[in-house]
Amino acid sequence: MAISREQVLHIARLARIELDEDEVEHYREDLSSILDYVDKLDELDVTDVEPTTHAVALESRLRDDEVEQRLDHDEVLHNAPESEAGQFRVPKVVED
Amino acid sequence: MSLNAKTISELIEAFEAGEATAEDAAGAVLDAIEAGENLNAFISVRERDAVLAEARAVDEARQNGAELGALAGVPVAVKDNLCVKGGQTTAASRMLAEFEAPYSATVVERLQDAGAILVGKTNLDEFAMGSSNENSFFGPALNPHDPERVPGGSSGGSAVAVAANQCVAALGSDTGGSIRQPASHCGVVGVKPTYGRVSRYGLIAFASSLDQVGPLTRSVDDAARLLEVICGFDPRDATSARRDVPKFTDAVGRGVEGLKLGVPKEYFASEVGVDDEVGALVRAAIDDLEAQGAELVEVSLPHTEYAVATYYLIATAEASSNLARYDGARYGFRAEGEDLVEMYENSRSEGFGDEVKRRIMLGTYVLSAGYYDQYYGKAQQVRTLIRQDFDDAFDKVDAIVAPTAPTPAFALGDKSENPLQMYLEDIFTISCNLAGLPGMSVPCGATAAGLPVGLQVLAPAFDEETMLAIGAVVEA
Repeated sequence: MAISREQVLHIARLARIELDEDEVEHYREDLSSILDYVDKLDELDVTDVEPTTHAVALESRLRDDEVEQRLDHDEVLHNAPESEAGQFRVPKVVED
Repeated sequence: MSLNAKTISELIEAFEAGEATAEDAAGAVLDAIEAGENLNAFISVRERDAVLAEARAVDEARQNGAELGALAGVPVAVKDNLCVKGGQTTAASRMLAEFEAPYSATVVERLQDAGAILVGKTNLDEFAMGSSNENSFFGPALNPHDPERVPGGSSGGSAVAVAANQCVAALGSDTGGSIRQPASHCGVVGVKPTYGRVSRYGLIAFASSLDQVGPLTRSVDDAARLLEVICGFDPRDATSARRDVPKFTDAVGRGVEGLKLGVPKEYFASEVGVDDEVGALVRAAIDDLEAQGAELVEVSLPHTEYAVATYYLIATAEASSNLARYDGARYGFRAEGEDLVEMYENSRSEGFGDEVKRRIMLGTYVLSAGYYDQYYGKAQQVRTLIRQDFDDAFDKVDAIVAPTAPTPAFALGDKSENPLQMYLEDIFTISCNLAGLPGMSVPCGATAAGLPVGLQVLAPAFDEETMLAIGAVVEA
């Protein structure tokens, strides 16, 4: 299924990826040809088929409600691109 | 034979006989890494003095008669999407080029507890997305059998490091064939265990319902030894299976007498384009299994032709969700932006490479309003049909044998312009991940040009032992 330039821009916006004009066309072509290919699944009738989200049956994993120390404050902030006063620093969120 | 070219069992024998030390082995591996730097198998190599000191400590413990782990003094490497505390863990992405993991993956802890000496982190396709190792921010790893060719991906660096004797064994991760396909292209053994057998804690997530960590080694016995160390329940991974860890090495000498081996007709059909030499080598190996006492049974996996499409819908959907965490706020690459959203967009646009962005966008699309049922929902239903194919086949046979990849290693750049053609490289490996089964690739010869070819063995869930027994016969 061919997708449009507008659809590519919409997906990019949802995925928080900024594209220039060349990239929009590049991904439009790639995604169109991949979607064309995956449309082959339409050949199959899956009306009564249950979906598989995990191939191996999962059990609910419960544990005692006890606090565990995993990473300390400094470890959490160690890889932060920018931090201040023990917190992550990001561009302003609230408008003036 | 130089120490770095030995198998784990040969090396441990040499240590125990006093013919070699762990320090000698580590030194030989570090020399080989330096001499083979052009292959670009490693993203980071640990400081020589630190590695040698660790090996020396193992030697001293051995001399003092201390109880040693199963891998005491064995130099190993791990794919750089596995966290190692305090060291660089990049996933071959600009996004994580400066990231230092605050904890180690469970598998890394288990290797270290068993006495293995970690020498470095191996190259991969960015976030394990690729079939050629050409998508690495740090440049491609090269095939040691022909450096003009790819080693396969995404665990290309681990496969190269083992094949080029730059470590004795390595860990990789396999989401759609990322251990088995490079193992095939580089002429080493690669095992993708049953989903849930090995903890994914500390593995940088790509597609969580498919990813599984496994070994790349120079022998089937070595793979069994590594599996004995890395398998087992881990409470830190919610998908970890509560299963006992068998003595996998005992299965290695079992032979194939009396086993029924399924040969899937779809994997040899002309439409899937198996290279003539690959087909002939795999057929010869299968015939040899028959000569060793196995019974061959033709089986059908009728939904094979839908596996690649199913995989790319599920894997990209899960990837788009998993990779949403890279926003430049808490860790990873950050680009400047006027406001928070612009910072997110700039960070992700500049931090991710082309293939990763393509997959995130495909995944975002198939999960978006109006398309979920058409693509993602349907793919989950076809996944059920693919699982049922295997259930039906394993009602009749003990294991399945097939080619690992349709062609030998291809030339660098050959498929990088055509994502779909690259995706089809995994046509024989992908179904195994969708069904959660164990699979292995074991070398079964080389083409006239000297390029290795792998035979793939697939087994029912949690029956790695049968798979290893078959692989050992192929290897012999």
